[in-house]
Amino acid sequence: MEEQELRVRKIRDGTVIDHIPDGRALVVLSILGITGEEEEVVSIAMHVPSTKLGKKDIVKIENRFLKPEEVNKIALIAETATINIIREYRVVEKWKVKPPARFRNLIKCPNARCITNFGREPVEPAFEVIGLSPVKVRCSYCGIIVSGRDLLELVRQ
Amino acid sequence: MPLSGKSLVSILDLTPEDITRVFQVAEELRRLLKRGKKLNAAEGRVMATVFMEPSTRTRLSFQSAMLKLGGSILDFGEVERTSIVKGETLADTIRMVDSYLIDLIVLRHPGEGASKLAAEVASVPVINAGDGSREHPTQTLLDLYTIWRELGRVSSLKVGVMGDLKYGRTPSSLCYGLSLFPGNEVYLISPPELRMRPEVLETVKGKLRWEEVRDLSQVIGELDVLYITRIQKERFPDPYEYERVKGSYMLKPSDLEKAKPELIVLHPLPRTEELPPQVDETRHAKYFDQAKNGLYIRAALIAEILELRW
Repeated sequence: MEEQELRVRKIRDGTVIDHIPDGRALVVLSILGITGEEEEVVSIAMHVPSTKLGKKDIVKIENRFLKPEEVNKIALIAETATINIIREYRVVEKWKVKPPARFRNLIKCPNARCITNFGREPVEPAFEVIGLSPVKVRCSYCGIIVSGRDLLELVRQ
Repeated sequence: MPLSGKSLVSILDLTPEDITRVFQVAEELRRLLKRGKKLNAAEGRVMATVFMEPSTRTRLSFQSAMLKLGGSILDFGEVERTSIVKGETLADTIRMVDSYLIDLIVLRHPGEGASKLAAEVASVPVINAGDGSREHPTQTLLDLYTIWRELGRVSSLKVGVMGDLKYGRTPSSLCYGLSLFPGNEVYLISPPELRMRPEVLETVKGKLRWEEVRDLSQVIGELDVLYITRIQKERFPDPYEYERVKGSYMLKPSDLEKAKPELIVLHPLPRTEELPPQVDETRHAKYFDQAKNGLYIRAALIAEILELRW
């Protein structure tokens, strides 16, 4: 992370989300519900040269640690991302995101005829991950398969 | 019994062994019932039929199957559908039906994945009798059973599936069913607007070879089975477009001149113009046998799920 440290200052406590695919930092912010109204200091770097990805985005959020469902959602649209937990300026934990094999209630099913979109049915949308690079998911109820831009749109909503 | 107490939401819930076993039980029931034997294997057992979309033949076929096994029927009925109009959820309807001490629920619902939800909510097994455009697994069982009876196998087949492959639930279920057995190939014959849904093709990838073709005449000579479905006018935003394409997805008796002698023609019925009555007289027409097979295959499935003996 040495080169990026020069672009954006180190943080004392918080989370650094690195290796976000180029141009997806703003989607990551929307997943985290960051609108600009918050207190935390947020740094964003976009289109940063990267040996692994060619170009990447980075998001640093001070004094915020992500919930598992937020990390899972990030994994759906930024499968290359790494999460770094920073305490006292040191990386105390670091891992690459991985979408869960199955998940509930992270995204809505885009199929209007799916039972999860039928009125007041007491059912949470559920998906299984059937591909990882790029991430491809299948609705456990209606069977529709979503990936790429369509998945990005669902996550953004 | 591997199917004992299990729901049937998708044909993919079954293994090839399960399917073959259901065929064998269907054959046994056919022999017994044709001999006029009165069965009381399901005495005291109740099957609820909950059909939230119009259906005559599937509902009657299920009900007749249960009655032939000696069981009873509780039908949700037309009038009760008003509770749906009033806004009752499917989950509540299923819980209510489930509370009447029944043994099995047969469900048709317009929502895709409705049977899966019902199976999660109900304490008894649920059989999917059609959920939106998604699946119709008992239709596929009877389609495969008909093929098995007529051709002696459900593997290494060349099958043409023609008509509305996008919104029809029987073509997608049939492709899933054929993908369970080795060596099958399908030709998907439809107008571009009604091509098979991508998720179906993705699901059968590596298990079923498929090719999309525009015209039946390109492939008719190669087929062992031709499965025809109805193209509905309302699927086309432009009625002229419907009029233009419909002729290309009709089976003309002259098409059959190029067919193999053993080709069988199937159709889930009801039919309209896509399958003219002139085909009925040919040796290829097996759709009325197919419809009859529904009774035996559904009785066999109920028997397996409820562990019935006779």
